[in-house]
Amino acid sequence: MRLSVLKPQGKSGIFMSAEESQPTIRISQVSKYFGDFQALKNVSLDVKQGERVVICGPSGSGKSTLIRCINQLEKHEQGDISVDGIALDGSRSALNAIRQRVGMVFQQFNLFPHLSVLDNLTLGPMRARSMSRLDAEKLAMQYLERVRIPEQTDKFPRQLSGGQQQRVAIARSLCMEPKIMLFDEPTSALDPEMINEVLDVMAELASSGMTMIVVTHEMGFARRVADSMVFMDHGEIVESAPPEKFFENPDSERCQDFLEKILQH
Amino acid sequence: MKKLWLFLPFTLLSGCADNWGWYVVNPTTTSGYNNLWFLLSGLYYTVLLSFTAILISIVVGLLVALPGLSDNKFLRGFNRVYVEFVRAIPILVLILWVYYGLPQLASISIGVFWAGVIALALSDSAFEAEIFRAGIQSIDKGQYEASHSISLSYSDTMRFVILPQAIRRILPALGNQLVYMLKMSSLVSVIGMQELTRKANELVVTEYRPLEVYTILVLEYLVLILIVSAMVRWLERRMNADQRS
Ligand SMILES: Nc1ncnc2c1ncn2[C@@H]1O[C@H](COP(=O)(O)OP(=O)(O)O)[C@@H](O)[C@H]1O
Ligand SMILES: [Mg+2]
Repeated sequence: MRLSVLKPQGKSGIFMSAEESQPTIRISQVSKYFGDFQALKNVSLDVKQGERVVICGPSGSGKSTLIRCINQLEKHEQGDISVDGIALDGSRSALNAIRQRVGMVFQQFNLFPHLSVLDNLTLGPMRARSMSRLDAEKLAMQYLERVRIPEQTDKFPRQLSGGQQQRVAIARSLCMEPKIMLFDEPTSALDPEMINEVLDVMAELASSGMTMIVVTHEMGFARRVADSMVFMDHGEIVESAPPEKFFENPDSERCQDFLEKILQH
Repeated sequence: MKKLWLFLPFTLLSGCADNWGWYVVNPTTTSGYNNLWFLLSGLYYTVLLSFTAILISIVVGLLVALPGLSDNKFLRGFNRVYVEFVRAIPILVLILWVYYGLPQLASISIGVFWAGVIALALSDSAFEAEIFRAGIQSIDKGQYEASHSISLSYSDTMRFVILPQAIRRILPALGNQLVYMLKMSSLVSVIGMQELTRKANELVVTEYRPLEVYTILVLEYLVLILIVSAMVRWLERRMNADQRS
């Protein structure tokens, strides 16, 4: 039923002010268990169209689990999640519709090692969006230029540096023309000198109006890009605030301690 | 240099001329030439039988492996039962059962060739299923997650992402199965398939020279398998070329 509420998706999904009141991502009272262990405890989070949310928190606090629930790489047991007005109701069609709208970038890149850079990018558009090879390749080139590696099309992932691989992975997601991008510690597996080339691409993406949820400990990037900051600990959202307040005087002690630790160096 | 070693058996064997009757396969005599051709002509069915059987067993093996990787208990159960059951039957017994038993059960007639193919393929499929299962399980789960995140369907994920990587990894094991299949195809001689071993048996009956004829048979399998192994290695190198940087 709720599918019918959708309006046709714009070419790149930017600047749809009409929808600003209604959150694009709505997570309410979500709980997730791994066996007896509760990884998410009644987590609620709304993300508006075009909003950039940065999530941080100690390792094991449930950051990955939370964003992976959005495209159901993890299945939550309790609570509701809806994206773009489509509720995850366990049906295949809702899941597909949501996955079409949500791109994800992983810590370990997860490029397809047996495919060239170009084939990594065209596979999704050709198989999941029924595009012709020609159109898919045009689209791929467009996004490779956007992530600033148009000259590596025929190389295989292993022949690229980590920073280049992650940018290819971002381009691969963008080729699906998602409305929302999820980033799970996209720079944590990179050598320090490659972190900025990836963050720059992400910042550029943010400035184009993409809705983004980014799990990262790069606080410089967060200050620059985030509309709101979220701090998680032990499966809960402990603090959620705009960056000014978040960095200057967070309410919770746990958040203060955490920020002190990671901002020290 | 290496190739010279292949002639060593001949020189050794021809040394004891008294006990050996190499005339049966001496290509310079008419009967020897005909005998040699008779032996070699079995190659056709050995190769055809083995390759047909391995193709079918790979397809069946894959179809049995996939349910083994499912979250569903019953599908996994099917995989286990199939593998354990089929693996427990000796190939020779399966050949006899398919050729003599199956026609009675299903009141159809099966030719020697297809009986052989079915028995070999069935028997091998259990091993192929295990090879595929292990190969697919060895692929990082990030590959599935990336596929899901670009909304590929299950079948597209398998076809374009998982299997191409899994097959590269299991190619050596598939090559082993092919070699094994070429050797096991000799068992189909018992139901009268005119392959290498059958031809040799028939020649032994008419010529009474088992030593010479079976020695040729050994060499036929040896050469065949060396060639097939070389082909498999070539294929491996080719398929892995893009995996190395
Ligand atoms: N597949 C899994 N099986 C069991 N426990 C898991 C699994 N994935 C995550 N966890 C646990 O859930 C908690 C949250 O994990 P995660 O969301 O990955 O944390 P973060 O991304 O914040 O480091 C951790 O304690 C982790 O050990
Ligand atoms: Mg994580």
